[in-house]
Amino acid sequence: MKPGTLSTFLKRGAIWGFIVLELIFFSVAGEFLSLSEKAFMDVDNMLLLFKQSAPIGIIAMGMTIVMINGNIDLSVGATYALCAVVLLDSMTWPIFAGLGDMVIPVSWVLALAVGTALGALNGLIVWKTGVDAFIVTLGAMLGYRGLVFMYNGEQPTSHLNWTLVDFAEAQFLGVHTATWFLLIVTAAIWFLMNKTVHGRNAYAIGDNREAAVNAGIRVGPHMMINFMIIGFLAALSAVVFYSESGSVNPNDGALYELWVITAVVLGGTKLTGGAGSILSTFGGVIAIQLLRKGLSHIGADTETVNLVIGLILIAVLFLDRQLNLKGKEELKL
Amino acid sequence: MATMSKGRIGEFMARQGILVAFVLFIIGFTLANQRFVDPDNILGVIRSSAILGVMALGVTFVVISGNLDLSVGSMMSFSTIVVLDLHDTLGPLLAIVAMFALTLCLGAIIGFLVGYLKLNSLIVTLGMLSAIHGLTLTWSGGQNMDIADKEGTWFSVFGQGSALGIPVPILLFLGLAALLGIVLAKTPFGRKVYAVGGNGTAATFSGIHRARVVFLCYLMSSFCVATAGLIQASRSLGSQNTVGQGLELEVLAAIILGGASLLGGSGTIFKTVIGVLILGFIQNGLLLVGLQFYVQYVVTWVIIILAVWLDIAAKRGKLWSPIA
Repeated sequence: MKPGTLSTFLKRGAIWGFIVLELIFFSVAGEFLSLSEKAFMDVDNMLLLFKQSAPIGIIAMGMTIVMINGNIDLSVGATYALCAVVLLDSMTWPIFAGLGDMVIPVSWVLALAVGTALGALNGLIVWKTGVDAFIVTLGAMLGYRGLVFMYNGEQPTSHLNWTLVDFAEAQFLGVHTATWFLLIVTAAIWFLMNKTVHGRNAYAIGDNREAAVNAGIRVGPHMMINFMIIGFLAALSAVVFYSESGSVNPNDGALYELWVITAVVLGGTKLTGGAGSILSTFGGVIAIQLLRKGLSHIGADTETVNLVIGLILIAVLFLDRQLNLKGKEELKL
Repeated sequence: MATMSKGRIGEFMARQGILVAFVLFIIGFTLANQRFVDPDNILGVIRSSAILGVMALGVTFVVISGNLDLSVGSMMSFSTIVVLDLHDTLGPLLAIVAMFALTLCLGAIIGFLVGYLKLNSLIVTLGMLSAIHGLTLTWSGGQNMDIADKEGTWFSVFGQGSALGIPVPILLFLGLAALLGIVLAKTPFGRKVYAVGGNGTAATFSGIHRARVVFLCYLMSSFCVATAGLIQASRSLGSQNTVGQGLELEVLAAIILGGASLLGGSGTIFKTVIGVLILGFIQNGLLLVGLQFYVQYVVTWVIIILAVWLDIAAKRGKLWSPIA
């Protein structure tokens, strides 16, 4: 075996091993503890699990590429809420009154455009001012949330369009609409990061910005494109979720940035940039949702979910560090 | 000559820009509404900033040592809930002692993980944010916490009392600020904090025990959080589980506004106090001119980015970043 192969394998496969462990644990524990007749690994239950992971999962794909690029985006929760407000509110605008159900694609495009524009604004500020992305998006998190409140005060924005609800609740080939969106986004972002010049440059910039500049890569536009993608995906996540629910509170999406970052870090993406995998992020998203569902399946209080996820996050960080140290020692031999 | 004076202005703005902006703000708001400079109003603003301010004092140590603390909001909810719950069973004094002990334990855990195990502080404190929130919910069973006898307890003195005409929260905030300001600026420990944040490797080579310094910074941060929780609990004598939610980011915003670098090695307690007061006075000023509370979010956003941008622009001597 080549030096470091084992630790590389352990690192890459860790999230999937963790998922398998969760499945086994909750299935066995569920036999004894669960009040429900159904097995944990019931097909309907698993399909629902994918559907419920979609809102966080779609944003997590964007966060992965932003973090690979060496940046971070704390404003996704606020972007999500603002796009949801635009989506639901624009369907009631008088100028679209004559469109009938054709208003749906128009509202979708509007919401997605707003998300992309907000992402572009973050990216442009990071690029042109040179202020750290953490600070820029921390500010934007407050600012965009303020815009949500200014739009409609402290009132919820509601609009139910039944055609849209039917579409969101539909199951194509047995799989929910939201899950399809998650799968398509995962595939598209995987392709972008692994098969295109933009993806390779994003890795290079995150790994060593100095070297990337010397190699003639234009750092700014790549960063801005990644911020536009995460803005677009935060909007898409809102579009998918609120098409079904039809009502948004001004505080919706608060703390989403923390859940998304947790999923991405569980998947093994480095905060320092340059390393990370789209498929592992997908694993991280599933692992978190599995934990939520599993704990409620065995009758644990929902409160314990936060506690367990927090401890797991720290444990993963610790194990990752130990494996990395081990990898270096193996290389020395 | 002209370029020199221009350079000097740039340097002055870089050092004191936030103070200048603060003065301009106060003049502007005063012209808009005379009540802004009313002593009662000023005391009110400082009083309502006290909780955020006390927390920011501790996090300033953590930030100068080159780390972050995202767990302070959730930790503040924890101490508030714990002290309110124990108040009825143990009595006020023991409840406060127990709450401080438990909160310091949480700080010690974070300090151990970040200091001695050298784990990334952003993710550790993100994990602790979630874990402590779970702990709080488990402790309270998801219920709001209230003190049974709200009239007959001296516990309310920390949030509602006043001495020499000054509200106790302000005394706690400014007293702690003076104390920690001296610790940071005048003691060997303070200098070690700057050294560790400025260049950790160099600090280690000059014989500074990096892990211990980071550990103590987190301990200090959790002490400040416990004090903030005490003020919060005592002020309202009842609380939700999520009372501190989101405060971690407002604390960081205040520290950044004060001019500390998130990379560590720079910042002072005085600057943090200024940052906290700017946030408080902006909020108050906007309310006084008749705007809704959420307008402050947008204003804070613009000010944070402008403040940090002008700061680094002055340092590099160019307005726009050299990134291609």
